[in-house]
Amino acid sequence: MKLRDYYPYFEDFHEDIKSLAKNVSQELEKRAREADEKGSEEIMRENLKMLAELGFLGINVPEQYGGQGLDERSVVLSLEEISRGCAATAFSLGGHYLAVDSILIGGDEALKQKFLPRLAKDSVGAFALTEPNAGSDAASIVTRAEKKNGYYVLRGEKHFITNGSIADVFVVFAKTSPEKGARGITAFVVERGTPGLLIGKKEEKLGVRASPTNQVFLDNVEVPAENVIGKVDEGFKIAMQALTRGRIGMAAQAIGISRLALQLAINYAENRMQFGQPIINQQAIQFMLSDMLTMLRASEELTYKAAWLADRKADVTLEAAVAKLFATEAAKLIVDKSMQIHGGIGYTRDQVIERLYRDVRILTIAEGTSEIQRLVIFRNIKKALD
Amino acid sequence: MQKNQVAAGCDYVNFRIVVLMKPTPDPDKVRFDAEKGTIIREGVELIINPYDLPAIELAVQVKEKLGGEVIVISMAPPQGEEALRDAIARGADRAILLTDRRFAGADTLATSYALASAIRKLGNVNLVIGGEKSIDGDTAQVPGEVAEMLGLPHVSYVSRLIDIDYSRAIVESDLESEVVTYEAPLPCVLQVTLNVAKPRIPTIKGKLQARKAIVEKWSADALADIADINRFGIKGSPTMVYRVVIPKEKERKRIILDTEQGVKAVVDLLMKEGLL
Repeated sequence: MKLRDYYPYFEDFHEDIKSLAKNVSQELEKRAREADEKGSEEIMRENLKMLAELGFLGINVPEQYGGQGLDERSVVLSLEEISRGCAATAFSLGGHYLAVDSILIGGDEALKQKFLPRLAKDSVGAFALTEPNAGSDAASIVTRAEKKNGYYVLRGEKHFITNGSIADVFVVFAKTSPEKGARGITAFVVERGTPGLLIGKKEEKLGVRASPTNQVFLDNVEVPAENVIGKVDEGFKIAMQALTRGRIGMAAQAIGISRLALQLAINYAENRMQFGQPIINQQAIQFMLSDMLTMLRASEELTYKAAWLADRKADVTLEAAVAKLFATEAAKLIVDKSMQIHGGIGYTRDQVIERLYRDVRILTIAEGTSEIQRLVIFRNIKKALD
Repeated sequence: MQKNQVAAGCDYVNFRIVVLMKPTPDPDKVRFDAEKGTIIREGVELIINPYDLPAIELAVQVKEKLGGEVIVISMAPPQGEEALRDAIARGADRAILLTDRRFAGADTLATSYALASAIRKLGNVNLVIGGEKSIDGDTAQVPGEVAEMLGLPHVSYVSRLIDIDYSRAIVESDLESEVVTYEAPLPCVLQVTLNVAKPRIPTIKGKLQARKAIVEKWSADALADIADINRFGIKGSPTMVYRVVIPKEKERKRIILDTEQGVKAVVDLLMKEGLL
């Protein structure tokens, strides 16, 4: 079945993006287990290199900056398929897109010219907002940026930075006017190799283990003033807008994982014989599978619609939060049910569902927890009912 | 070597490589008719037969070395067009779909005849490459038959292309018991295995450009000047499928023996099979 046969949100070329991303996903899948077991940064570098060569790093970068000039729906389909093959790779790609989107959303022409062609070609991006004491309360960051002779000097530490150890380009948020709270934050592009930019320890994580997550230290890093994204003190808005995009991408990753979990459950239930017949003949199993598909369909609808609205340049703050909240929470349930259907064997490293069970867990935490999504939704709740 | 010094009868401008590709049902989406024991082909997306991917890749690599063009030919219903577009995304320059009700119901002989006729129609072909077999039919007969019909030398189970120039190809053929190296004069037909080349994944640009590419559609009439159209499709197919059956699983006999008896029984069996 083609996407367009049951969703009104797509155009013909999206089928091509989906089928291509599926090819890529099948390739990534071959090493997904090894990448997970080793927490392999090396495999991730190779995966991203392949994605770069095929054009995925610049999928939504306009052609004039060397990208593919495609839309949010293409991003969604790519992340969905890629996360089906290797969730960690999709997670890293999502981190890269956050950096790209920050520049796309806030950058002036010169900054776009300077960085987008590289990010669309082969440079990996990272988005550095979170700090030890500023997670959900992102406006409370304490990293400072002070102007000095045409430079900004950045001091502070960032935590849980996806792609920290492999990124070439960092989008860093720092306070330029600490007294102004969220309205005193500025976004900067910091290049790897800039003196004082230090990559700290890699986190040993439960899931998406091949996607490196690092501390990043800024020890008096001199950043040229031209590397400010947009205007000084207006960085927080850029971060929020990039994260809104990112949420649709996270929902897409949830869909990829959910679909794989459901497929694995069906395959297993069809082949597992108990009480003299395949367990899929049991209504208890059938009901679980039906619930899983129902949740998956709802996730798809919300996510594809949010992406479609984003492509129509609508404000998708609410729709992105709804899609992320629903799709990632649904993915957790779907993966959990799939493991339940697998029974004991599903709890072992021999089964892909064991990896998915760990990988899926980050999705309701990263890029805005489910609780933050609910806050965002609540802020828009009256508008939604108009 | 000068291009025009090549094998007699080839007065080409370009080095022309034809790939025989079969659009086959996507194994992820395929459904079976349990009663008839056949694959439900209606409405099922057709993809490049996975065994043909290395054939396309090898052709593109040869083109990258020697220049020329890669032409992919398929015989399939109209929905085979998507698979041909994918072939273009993977580096083919031209795609030809033989599609006509008169091609329908073909066995390997009639299929090979149609493909060979298309190659004849193209003319000036220097190299023909086919995959090992198809995932749906699994016969592995077409490349060899095409070669015979065209009167060309052919090598089966090619697992490595050692060298190629405008006049000959040196290949390794992986037969189950041994690996044989052949030198084949061009034009020739190579039936290649999965190991011959690692298929590349198309780029986003390539994939989107392929959407706009034109897949040429040839009917039976398009070949009528050089072929006997009565040899196409079901008319040209001597193979009669009597019935398709799904083999029933044989119940295993359960024999329980004690250790001493058991060891003796196993040893006896192995002796009988000549393994001990």
